[in-house]
Amino acid sequence: MAAFRNATPARPVVSESPWVKAGIITLSLAFLAFFILLPLAAVFTEALRRGLDTYWEALVEPDALAAIRLTLLVAAIAVPANLVFGICAAWAIAKHKFPGKSLLLTLIDLPFSVSPVISGLVYVLLFGTHSLIGPFLRDNGIQIVFAVPGLVLATIFVTFPFVARELIPLMQAQGSDDEEAAITLGASGWQTFRRVTLPNIRWGLLYGVLLCNARAMGEFGAVSVVSGHIRGETNTMPLHVEILYNEYNFVAAFAVASVLAILALVTLIAKSLLEWRYGAELAATARRH
Amino acid sequence: MTRLSLVPAFLRRERSIIPGFGLTLGITLFYLTIIVLIPLAALVLRPWEMGLAGFWEAITQPRVLAALRLSFTTAFFAAAINAVFGLGVAWMLVRYEFPGKRIVDAMVDLPFALPTAVAGIALTSLYAPNGWVGQFLDPLGIKVAFTPLGIVVALTFIGLPFVVRTVQPVLEELDAELEEAAACLGATRWETFTRVIFPLILPALMTGFALALARAVGEYGSVIFIAGNMPLVSEIAPLLIVIKLEQFDYAGAAAIGVAMLILSFAMLLVINLLQRWNRRWAGA
Repeated sequence: MAAFRNATPARPVVSESPWVKAGIITLSLAFLAFFILLPLAAVFTEALRRGLDTYWEALVEPDALAAIRLTLLVAAIAVPANLVFGICAAWAIAKHKFPGKSLLLTLIDLPFSVSPVISGLVYVLLFGTHSLIGPFLRDNGIQIVFAVPGLVLATIFVTFPFVARELIPLMQAQGSDDEEAAITLGASGWQTFRRVTLPNIRWGLLYGVLLCNARAMGEFGAVSVVSGHIRGETNTMPLHVEILYNEYNFVAAFAVASVLAILALVTLIAKSLLEWRYGAELAATARRH
Repeated sequence: MTRLSLVPAFLRRERSIIPGFGLTLGITLFYLTIIVLIPLAALVLRPWEMGLAGFWEAITQPRVLAALRLSFTTAFFAAAINAVFGLGVAWMLVRYEFPGKRIVDAMVDLPFALPTAVAGIALTSLYAPNGWVGQFLDPLGIKVAFTPLGIVVALTFIGLPFVVRTVQPVLEELDAELEEAAACLGATRWETFTRVIFPLILPALMTGFALALARAVGEYGSVIFIAGNMPLVSEIAPLLIVIKLEQFDYAGAAAIGVAMLILSFAMLLVINLLQRWNRRWAGA
């Protein structure tokens, strides 16, 4: 009996020794502290270096306010556009069978594998003065590049897959039984979507919109290429941060940056709450992006 | 019973009673074409106005080659760092319990949510010679900000969530019985990890590595502040595109863009093949 007891290891066979465990936890937490916590702390410390008054002044200064307004405007156009697209794409792909589906999925993912700078570049090449339709646009007084339409297009491009990517696997997993029942009972397509599908996908939808919005408001590379950097006119918040930083106005740069950091933190909190409370109603891949 | 049909199988669409297929697919294809396909076609077609020789000349300039090399090597090192530490973080989050674990788990996604320009100036202030971290490295002769090392730091930040978030679900799904069986058969814990667990999570690890690499190669916002941007030394390829655009060298900018696209897709293809080969080997 005693021999048996001695042969029983002090810990389950499928765990590591306490030393290895402590080592992994320490190293991993140190890595996260260095790369996540420190940069975040730096943003707020630098922003408040000269006190709250200076911080507030940097935020209510006219160019900063214009940047905040423009960022909100761009997101207000780009996010609903990608929302409508995401729902349509998910409806077509998840509820129907057709050839070429996997190719379509690959194409929808394409903007994620393209550099942000290239995402802006493509619109400069398409609508800039040296492009095929550039002279036509100029003669008709339409400005796309170095103006708000360009910013919106570049933002739509980089946030293109977010909603679709969340909804497609979710709606595929849910199947079409509910919808088929509704149609059989005489509901129209729109009624079926609004009363049957939408309640099923609402949290997934919110999740996708949340991530889409965070990226839309924070995008830098793509909008930097199409913006033209006109202060007070085509500067979004991230671009305003860059201008202030390059003018060595560090406190103001970090003040505007801190607003963006707060937006990121709010996004993370809302996203985590959704995952904890409605994890079952999100796509299986939700945790990965 | 097989039904004979003259229509090839891939053309036969199974009829669904759910309406709206034509409308939603139409909107999807239209939007995809306008927003993504036509603009990308404009990029891919643009360099050809200078001919193949011109394209080759544009991307083999020493400055362009140096930028491409820098972008890919720094991205590779950053992705490698993330593969090692990301595996550690994923392991910690799945296998161990400690206070505040949920918050740590949520914070891993910060690099996805934090605008890249904010990350860029924050990391620069940390690693500048008088910064919180830089002041300790400077006396040791280690310069991070304004050198290629700084680029690796920024790219490590950007790619951090990819490995964690691809490995984590696979670790969660891992069958405990496999490890118990290995232990029963006399394997040490280390042997169980290297011979049983590691082969099972390797595909996910490589996917995470590839995603981090692809993201890092194209990254712009977080890098330009910390890089110093010296031509031939610390100038990344996306920045060179921006510089060419500012000089109105549209064809030159497009050439670098196309070269980056080709290299990235080639890399993803190789990794995909490696993964398939690995899966077949593992017999899974």
